[in-house]
Order: sequence, then C-alpha cells, then structure tokens
Amino acid sequence: MNIVVCVKQVPDTTVVKIDPVKHTLIRDGVPSIMNPDDKGGLELALQLKEKCGANVTVITMGPPQADLVLREAFAMGADRAILLTSRAFAGADTLATSNALAGALRAIPYDLIITGRQAIDGDTAQVGPEMAEHLALPQVSYVVDCEYKGGNNFRVKKETEDGYEILDVEGPAVFTVLASGYKARYMSVGGIVDAFDREVEIWTEANLDLDPGKLGLKGSPTKVMKAFTKATKAAGQVYEVDAEQAVDVIISKMKEKFII
Amino acid sequence: MNKADYKDVYVFVEQRDGKIQSVALELLGKARVLADALNEKVVAFYPGYKNTENAKELIAWGADKVVVMDAPELEHYLTEQYSQAMSQAIDKYKPSIVLLGATTIGRDLGPRLASRLATGLTADCTGLDISEERELLMTRPAFGGNLMATIMCTEHRPQMSTVRPGVMQKGTKDESRVGEIENFAPVFDASKFKVKLVESVKENKGKVDITEAKILVSGGRGVGNPEGFAKLQALADVIGAQVSSSRAMVDAGVMPHEVQVGQTGKTVRPALYMACGISGAIQHLAGMEESDFIIAINKDKFAPIFGVADVGIVGDVHKIVPMLTEKLSKMIVKK
Repeated sequence: MNIVVCVKQVPDTTVVKIDPVKHTLIRDGVPSIMNPDDKGGLELALQLKEKCGANVTVITMGPPQADLVLREAFAMGADRAILLTSRAFAGADTLATSNALAGALRAIPYDLIITGRQAIDGDTAQVGPEMAEHLALPQVSYVVDCEYKGGNNFRVKKETEDGYEILDVEGPAVFTVLASGYKARYMSVGGIVDAFDREVEIWTEANLDLDPGKLGLKGSPTKVMKAFTKATKAAGQVYEVDAEQAVDVIISKMKEKFII
Repeated sequence: MNKADYKDVYVFVEQRDGKIQSVALELLGKARVLADALNEKVVAFYPGYKNTENAKELIAWGADKVVVMDAPELEHYLTEQYSQAMSQAIDKYKPSIVLLGATTIGRDLGPRLASRLATGLTADCTGLDISEERELLMTRPAFGGNLMATIMCTEHRPQMSTVRPGVMQKGTKDESRVGEIENFAPVFDASKFKVKLVESVKENKGKVDITEAKILVSGGRGVGNPEGFAKLQALADVIGAQVSSSRAMVDAGVMPHEVQVGQTGKTVRPALYMACGISGAIQHLAGMEESDFIIAINKDKFAPIFGVADVGIVGDVHKIVPMLTEKLSKMIVKK
C-alpha cells in the first residue's frame, strides 16, 4: 500500500504572545513544530505500515526551512519526503494550497492520503477536503480510528459533536485525522541520526501536474484585507480579600445581575 | 462568471435526525441583517429526508424562501451526497453569499463545495458585514486567536463562510412572517458514493450542550483534578449551571472534550461565566470573552483572565467555591 501524508510546519501558537504596546505578534523565539493533527495522521500511516506493510511518503508545502518537519517524519519512520517550495506558492489561501498539493499528489502513487484535520496557525480544516475534491476522492474528516479491511477498503471512526460515526470507505480516499485519536511516537535515536543523511526531494511548480494560474496569490479567491489585534474590553474590578469577603462579593454581584 | 448573476444570502440548514440545529437559526438571524443591508432576500437551503414539515419554521426565523431538498440520500449527512445536492442547488439558484455552521458537518461540506465551485471559503468567522462596495467582509481569528483577520472574496461567487455555533444571535421568531417554500430535486450520481454509514452513536444523550447553558462554572489548571471539579459541580447544581473546562484539563484527561471552552473547543456566551482557576490563555479567552458577565477566581493576581473579567477575585478556588456553594444553598433553601 502507498500512503501519502500531508504535513505542515507551524509556529507553536500556544506560545505566541501579543506585544502589549504595539499590538503585534511576537514571533521571536516561537518554535516551529509539526502541526499536531498532521503528526497524528503520520502516526496512523506508520501504524498501518507496521500492520499491513506500506510505503509512507510525507509531503509538505512551505519555505525551505520546512525541511525540518520532513526530517522529523524520517526519524519517526517515513520512507520518502517531498518539500514543495517555490515563490510561485507564496500567498496561497486554502484553495490554492489544496490545488498545489493535489498537483503534487497526481505525480505520486497513492492508495490512501492522510492529513491532519486542521493546522493550529490557520485552524481552517479546509485544505484536506478541498484537496480530496480536486482529486475526485472520497473524504472522511475528524478521523480518530482507522482499520484496514483488505483490498482498498477501510473502516473508520469519525468524531462528531454528540458521539461518533462508523463509516466504511472504498479507497483511495483522503482522511483528516485528529491528534487526540493518534498519539504520535517519539523519533528513534537511530532515526534521528539517519534523518539528516537522507534525501528530501525538492519540488517546485515544474513538478506539478497543474495550471500555474491556480497557484499562490493568483490562485487564491480569498484575500486578507486587514489583520488586527482584538480590542480588549476594559477590565473590571479585582478584589484581593479573604475568602469570606470574596464569597459576599460574588453573591452581591450575582444578585445585582439577577442571576440568583 | 458574471458577479451580477449572483444575489441573495443563503443559509445551509443543518438537520440531524430531522431536528434543525440551532446554529442554522443563528445563521438566519445574521443572514437577515446582511440581506437587509444589501436589500436582498434570505433563502434557506434545507436538505434532508421527509423534512418538509418544519420548513415553515425557517420562515418564522427570518427566511424569505426555503428551498427544500427532500431525498432518502439526504437523510443522514454524507459528504458526497450532500455535496452533489448543494452544488447543484448553488448552480441553479446562484447565491451571492452562502453561510454554513462551523460544525463537523459544515466544516466537512463547506470546503468540499468551495473546491467543487472553485470559490473562496472563510472558516470560523466571528464577524460578518457588508462593505460599501456590497462585498462580504469576513472576520475571523488567526494564530490561535492571537490575531483577527478580515477576509474578502471579491472575484468569485458565491462568497462562502462558516460560522461557529453560539457566535451569532438568533433573530426574533415571528410565526406570522410569510415566505415561499419550494422543492428542489437533486439528481444523484450514486457511482460516486464511496462512503457508507455503518452506525451513528450518540454518546452524550441527555447532557446539556454547554453552548446552550445560561450559567457556566468553568475550571482550569487551578482546579486541577476530578475532586476539584466535583466542587465546581456542587456549586453548579445549586445555581442550575453547567460545568465546563479549559483546554489544559481536557488535555490532562480530567474533563471530556465536549465541555472544552476556547479556540479548539466551543464558543460560549452565557449570562454568567465563572472562571475558576483558569489563567486565561488567549485561546481560552477567544471562546468565552463575549459572555454577558464574567467572574474569575484565581490565585495569581496577574492572570490574564482578570483582563476580561467583570469581577476578579484573587484567591484559592478550593476554599472559595465550597464556601460559596454552602452559602448559596442556604439562601436558596430559605427562599
């Protein structure tokens, strides 16, 4: 089986801070990581590889330094890595990104395509389904469990707001995975050593089976008109009092607001 | 594509087990405001099976027209079935704007449709407005809620956006409103149906959705463990509240994901939000800062939660919450 995993390198948004004076993002010192849901997706691919044998290709689109997440994927157990990098991809929204990835996927053999549900920097959850549509493949999003049933059949568990669904899927297909479903393994020590000797293939728009008008800013129907930090509301009153007085403050405020 | 051919504000009405989801009514409320600004109509796309009965409710909630798609293929949500129905309907009706709930269904269907229609889609919008040029302004958080971005889709139609449940306000239900109901019959290509639903399991039946709660008692790292949350539950029981959680306690396995408030959890706006032992990471604030009234209890007087709280108490939740519960239960019994 050939499995392709699409991953993204993202800033760790849990440590991004806002400059309180200039109201801009402070990106200095913010580590770049493999997007958690994508890492969960890679874990699913590696588990399928162990259970039924598979060749796992990892692909990412990003700047040259995104090479690092592919090395990490090698160290976890991936077999092949492709970095899509070119100025032609810059400024891509989700549709242009999904077009670029689909263009690359048309040039790679696959029986299953896996990606994370969403990236923690954009939080859109759009690239996976958009890519599935370009490739005319079925999709299941919010996957937390996947079982290979032989042939090109899979049984997956999809998380929903009020429970879950069990779905039977005829592949090839695109699954978008939740990190909560697959806890990623650590890199192996030998893997880390080898990862830096292995070849990451560098692809540009020339490698893609795609109309260049669908790439980057030109291929993006949505444009960011402005970005701003949220106006923070005025802080209320803070009480530094003993527990008994605190209770009285809370109760009087609740009465004032007709909550009790 | 000629932009002038596209008009009116459309809402995808999500039903599960035949029940119209509350996010669809919230979207109708917002669509009404947008359509009035454009002097256009609000139209509801309503796919389902044997669902014609409650279609007129959508008119009471603000729709001028309901397009009912009634087919056995649409009984339960499946990506391809719904994408075929919705893309055919969009091709026929040519909406200027299409709004979907940012639910597991809307976030699966929205991108599939946008890709099929080669148009733009903006996820999880928290603000929607009309510009002077009559374009849709879609505002959403980015970088885990650290930044807001306003996005436009000026050269493609429809302009599509998903909106989280609980973010927009429903309009006022008016049973006397008049509108049209018409049927649209999609033509399905079953050869493309590669996904079959084996079973659908509801795990938290009977529990109240935290986005619907009037009062939330919410716990974070300072609450720490199941015993701590039992104290919050005791307080919640006395004042008729629900218990919710920060991400830290969900990641730690103390609380289930469905009660998580924040960027990767749910957006809530209760009448009272009591943040207990929650420091107030920006991702958390993004999910609760629109609450009507916020009381925060935290040991650390520099905790960011105090920046959004109406009332801040510097103190120990483990001490204050049980005392508060006791005093309130006495008061309420006396009444």
